[in-house]
This record gives sequence, C-alpha cells and structure tokens, in this order.
Amino acid sequence: MSAFWSDWVIVITFAMMGGCLWLLFGNSRGKPGESTDHVWDDDLREFNNPLPRWWFNVFVLTVIFGAGYLAFYPGLGNLGGRLGWTSTKQMQAKLDELTARRHAAFAALAGKDIPALAKDPSAQSLGRAVFLGNCAGCHGADARGAVGFPNLTDKDWLYGGSPEAIVETIAHGRHGIMPPIGLGLTADARQALLDFVPFWSDTTLDPAKREAGMRQFAITCAPCHGADGKGNQALGSPNLTDDIWLFKGGREGVGDTIMKGRQSTMPAHENILTPDEIRVVAAYVYGLSHQDGESQP
Amino acid sequence: MEQSQAIVRYEDTAIRGFAVMTVVWGIVGMLVGVWIAAELLWPQLNMDIPYLTYSRLRPLHTNAVIFAFGGSALFATSYWCVQRTCRAALFLPKLANFTFWGWNLVILLAAITLPLGITQGKEYAELEWPIDILIAIVWVSYAVVFFGTIAKRTVSHIYVANWFFGAFILAVALLHIVNSAAIPISLWKSYSAYSGATDAMVEWWYGHNAVGFFLTAGFLGMMYYYVPKQVGKPIYSYRLSIVHFWSLIAVYMWAGPHHLHYTALPDWVQSLGMVFSLILFAPSWGGMINGIMTLSGAWHKLREDPILKFLIVSLSFYGMSTFEGPMMSIKTVNALSHYTDWGIGHVHSGALGWVAMISIGSMYALIPKAFGRPGMYSTKAINLHFWMSTVGTVMYITAMWSAGLMQGLMWRATEADGTLTYSFIESLKATYPFYAVRLAGGLVFFSGMLVMAWNVWRTLATPAPKPIATTAGAHA
Repeated sequence: MSAFWSDWVIVITFAMMGGCLWLLFGNSRGKPGESTDHVWDDDLREFNNPLPRWWFNVFVLTVIFGAGYLAFYPGLGNLGGRLGWTSTKQMQAKLDELTARRHAAFAALAGKDIPALAKDPSAQSLGRAVFLGNCAGCHGADARGAVGFPNLTDKDWLYGGSPEAIVETIAHGRHGIMPPIGLGLTADARQALLDFVPFWSDTTLDPAKREAGMRQFAITCAPCHGADGKGNQALGSPNLTDDIWLFKGGREGVGDTIMKGRQSTMPAHENILTPDEIRVVAAYVYGLSHQDGESQP
Repeated sequence: MEQSQAIVRYEDTAIRGFAVMTVVWGIVGMLVGVWIAAELLWPQLNMDIPYLTYSRLRPLHTNAVIFAFGGSALFATSYWCVQRTCRAALFLPKLANFTFWGWNLVILLAAITLPLGITQGKEYAELEWPIDILIAIVWVSYAVVFFGTIAKRTVSHIYVANWFFGAFILAVALLHIVNSAAIPISLWKSYSAYSGATDAMVEWWYGHNAVGFFLTAGFLGMMYYYVPKQVGKPIYSYRLSIVHFWSLIAVYMWAGPHHLHYTALPDWVQSLGMVFSLILFAPSWGGMINGIMTLSGAWHKLREDPILKFLIVSLSFYGMSTFEGPMMSIKTVNALSHYTDWGIGHVHSGALGWVAMISIGSMYALIPKAFGRPGMYSTKAINLHFWMSTVGTVMYITAMWSAGLMQGLMWRATEADGTLTYSFIESLKATYPFYAVRLAGGLVFFSGMLVMAWNVWRTLATPAPKPIATTAGAHA
C-alpha cells in the first residue's frame, strides 16, 4: 500500500473513532424526564432522557480497546503494530508445532515393519489420521467401502493383502477393468452365466444350472477369474465364489457388469503422501483385517 | 396546531398489498427453510431432482425470507409510517404501486432462476444481472416515493423512524449497485467486476451491511414507530436515538471484514473489521434500550397485549444477537465459530427472533388499520403465534449453537502426534441430532405463520364496519 493510502486509512480510522466520541460527549448532558415537545401522528412523542451511564461507558471502553488493539496489531495502514503479529506467522507457528510433533511420532516408529506397526497404538493413530484425510472419501470413514470401492475390513483382497501388496496399491495405484464381455455372447450363454455366477456360493443352487454355468464360465470368464472362480490377484480380478460383490451382486447386478463392463481406479499416492505416511496408513489398513483373535470371516 | 386541521388522504394501496404479501412470502420462505433443514437430515428428500437440491434451494430460502418476507414488511411499514408521521400522502402513489408489482416480480424471478441454478454465486446477492437491474429500478423508485413524501411533509421535524427507514433505503441502493457490478456474457450469466480478495471484500461489505441496513436499520425504523404506538408512551430518549443512529450507520460500514478473518484478506483490513465490529456493540444496543425503556411504567401492558409481546421479545433477541455478533468478530472466537453452525444459529437468532418477530408484531398492528377493521380477528391466535415463534426460535438457536460449538471443537482437536482427531464426516455425523432439533424448531416457527395466515384471512373476511379510515386530522 502506498504511503498516501496508508495515511488515508490511519486518518479515517481515527476520524471515525473520534467522531463516535464527539457524538457521545456532545450529547452527554440532559435531565431525566425532559421532553422534546414534538408530536407526530397524534400520539407519538419523545422524552429526551440522558444517555444511560453504563451504556455511555461501554461505548467509550470499546473505542479505547479498539485504539489499543490497533497499537499492538496490524490495522493502521502500513504500521504493523507493536507486536509484529501477522496471521501468516501465527499459522506457521502452529503448523511448525504440529509438524514437529508429527516428526517425533514418526521417528519413534522408525525400523518397525508393517505387522508390528499394525499393533502399535501410536502408529494406528497416525495411520487413521492419514486414512481419514485421504482414503475415507471413497472407502468410507469406517473403511467398509461402497459400491465400486472395496471394503478394507474383510479378508477379500483384489490385489493381495500382504503388507507389500498394500503398500504397492497405495503408492502406485491400481486400475481394474472388467470388459463388457456379455455383448459377444448368445442369449443362452448369457443366461447360463446369470443363472449361476451370482449364486456360486449358494449350496442349494440347482446342480443342472451349476453345471451349465460352469461350462460357459470355463470358456468366457476363467481366463481372468480362474477355472475355480477364485479370481487372480495379479490382475485384480475378483473372487466370485464368496458372495462379496465389489459392484452389485444378484442377477441384475452381475448382468450389468457383464453387459456394460466395469472400470475402477485406485489413484497412486506416492506423490501425495510421504513414505512414512504410506507405511502407517498401510499398517492401519492391514490392521483392519488382522485384529487380535482373527475372528472375522 | 393549525396543520392538524387539514385533511390528508393517505395512499394505502401498496401498503395493503405488501402487508398481505408479507404473510404469503413469510410462509413460502420459511417452508423452503424447513424443507432444506429436512434435506440435511434426509438428503434423499431432494428426490434426485436438481431443482430441489440443497444448493439451489438454500439461496431461495435466504432471498425469500430476507427480501420477500422482510422486504415486504419494510415497504408496508415504511410507507405507512412516513405518511402518518409526515402528515402527508405518499409522493407519486402510482410509483409506490409500481414498487409493489416490481418487487414481487423480482421475487418471482428469483423463485424461478435460483432453482434453475442461475446465480452470481455471491451470498445474498445471487440474482443475475437482469434481475439486479430491475431491483435497482424498483429501489430507486422506492427512494423517490419515500424521500418525496418526506419533502412534502407538513410537520417540521422528521420522526426518528424515518431516519432509520431513510438510511436503510439509501444504503441498500448503494450496496446493491456497487456489489452487483458485473460484466454480462449472456442473458443469464455474468462475471463480477471485481476479482480475488477485492471481490470477497466488496461482497462482505455488501453482505454485512445488508444485515446492518436491511435487517437492522430498516427494522429499527419499524420498531421506532410500532413500539411507542403500541405502548402509548413517548420514546425513551431523543438524545439516545441521535447518538445511536449516527454511530450505527457510520460504524456498520466498517464491519464487513470480520466475515473474512484468517483468509487472503490483508491483516490490517481484518483488524479494522474486528475493532469496528466491537465498537458497533453500543450503537446497536442503543436501539434496544430506547425501545425497551419506552415501556417503563407500562410493563403491565405486556401481559395483555400479545402484539407488544412480539415487539419487546424481538428487541430482546435483537440485543442478544447484537451482543453475540461483536463477540464472534473477535479473531480468536471467530477461529472457533467460523464455518460452523454457530453462524447459522447467530443469523437465526437475528432472523427469527428479531426480524421475523418485529415484522409479525408490526403486521398484526398494521393489517387491521390498513384494511379498516377494528382489530385482528383473534387475539388468542396472536398469543398462540407468539408462543410458537418464541419456542421455535429458542429450539432452533440452541440446537445450532450447540452444534457449532461442537463442530468447532472437533475440527480443531489434534492428537499428541500432531494429527487431527476427527475427520469431517465424523463431525457431520455428530451434528445429526442437532439438525433434528433445528428442524423441529423451524417447523414450530413455520406453523406459527400458518396460524397468522388464518387470523389475517379471518380478519379480512370480516366486513369493514365503517369506511376505511385513510384520512387524518378529521378527529383532531
């Protein structure tokens, strides 16, 4: 700001404060019960009582406080105030403090492998914070996922659940593609698949349908999902035998999948998170399905 | 006095229109408010229809309650007050009628364009440039009618209510025209004439003075006419009204930057905004003191007259929110309260408690007079409405205060390792119970407006016992 505008700001600020005080003191006298003798609309009249003393004092005090504040903090044009305070400095100080606490917390975890970090409460707290800030948007704050976004709390892994695989997924991302393979099939072939695949885990399924479905599956789907339907973690093709559906299950959901195909992307985070952050969040995710007791299905 | 012998034929057509539309727009605006409060609880209520999404209905709600409901109440009461206290008929009554039709056209256009997603994206100034031009034309016409009437007054002194109405009309014209300056690129799209932090500052200079002049000065004008009228006693202090009027309108202009604490706005502007927001406390309270002290010696009237209850309780809410406002402008408090539902609570203690209740009370006083009826059809219904409004407001604001405080604390909570304790979604989940209480409070307040609509309808359905008294002085 140029010197002129800085002076301008200072002058009008004091003029405004001075004006308030002039107005106050100029009207400070008066006797209780005094009237102005004005009458409007037949019955509207005015007393001219003195200003309430406490109100007068509060007004003066706020002006004094304001002037005092401006002596210590920026406000009067280019004069920065006696404290040298700026909001940038305040923010930086807070950020530095939090960053130092963070570095200390990470330093304490140096050298531990991911299964060990998954059992360490302080690593879990750090990992959870990274998860909530970066992963929860798709996978949910409870990590149970949503349609198209995998549940991370179960033992069903698209690309593997080993510590190394989880780190790889987070750092470099994944891109899963299911082609609209049903488009090239006859209606009978599609029907055979849809009568079987959605109900793979259903033991009461009609054996004839299972057999017909298996035959078609071996030709159409097995190259990616495996002859036993248990998927292939190298490709990220899901296990179809466990009744866990990344997109929708049932005849309709699976029908949509084979006719329209599916695409899903896990973005790479190596340029978003630090290696330390990737390690703790991987440990957090690993820990979700490796709780003590291993009681989850 | 000789001049009181002259018979003045007042022009009340526009007043009657605005009075009825106050009730209509109040119901519409508050219904939209209740609806979007419910959408926050049950997002599926938008039914996947883009026109009904929260983002499009929210500006419709704010525009409808501030400019349609509040605006209609201000037009009606200012036209009434300026004629009676100047003992002069409206200047250019046809232009006054034009302001009625023009203002309602603006509201209608807002109700169409906002759900369509047509917006300038500036809070409380969302309407696109063609509507902005219409607003400017209507508003300048309003100023011509109002100040023209002041100019042809037959009493020498200008009554204090008219100072406030006059300041409100002038300031809103200035604010609207400066803030809405934009470069149109098509009929329904324009870009602000300002950029970056300057644009933000102009917007909040406008935004906070919309609060200061539209929602404060204007309604203080209403207060200065209806409180002494209803109490039947003189205003407490002329001297106090001088001091608080001039300091209020001068200091308000400085307060806008407190909406932009801890943003890209330069620190010195933020500090000045905070300092003058604190200094604004006493000028704001001057109006409350003058209104409430007018009642001294007549407190018993509060028991019998539900209209007076509306007026006095509205002043109490006014005092509460104008104390809270300066406190929230302090940077350290603002760092906790900003962006939380505390702001929503603060706004509604002003909007429901002050603006709506003073308008409702004034309308109950004005409507029978403007339509030549002996009084409102049911005093019991006014009393019921009063309690619904009070209970609804208290439920609403306590829910939002609690929610805001909780959100502010959750957002800033950090762990020993320097990470945030809560994710945003966790604070949202924790807010749900408060959203439910807020919805209930809003529903109670809204239902009160339905009681009012019934009462107004019954009042107007009762035939007038005598010709409408639009003259003054005949009985003097």
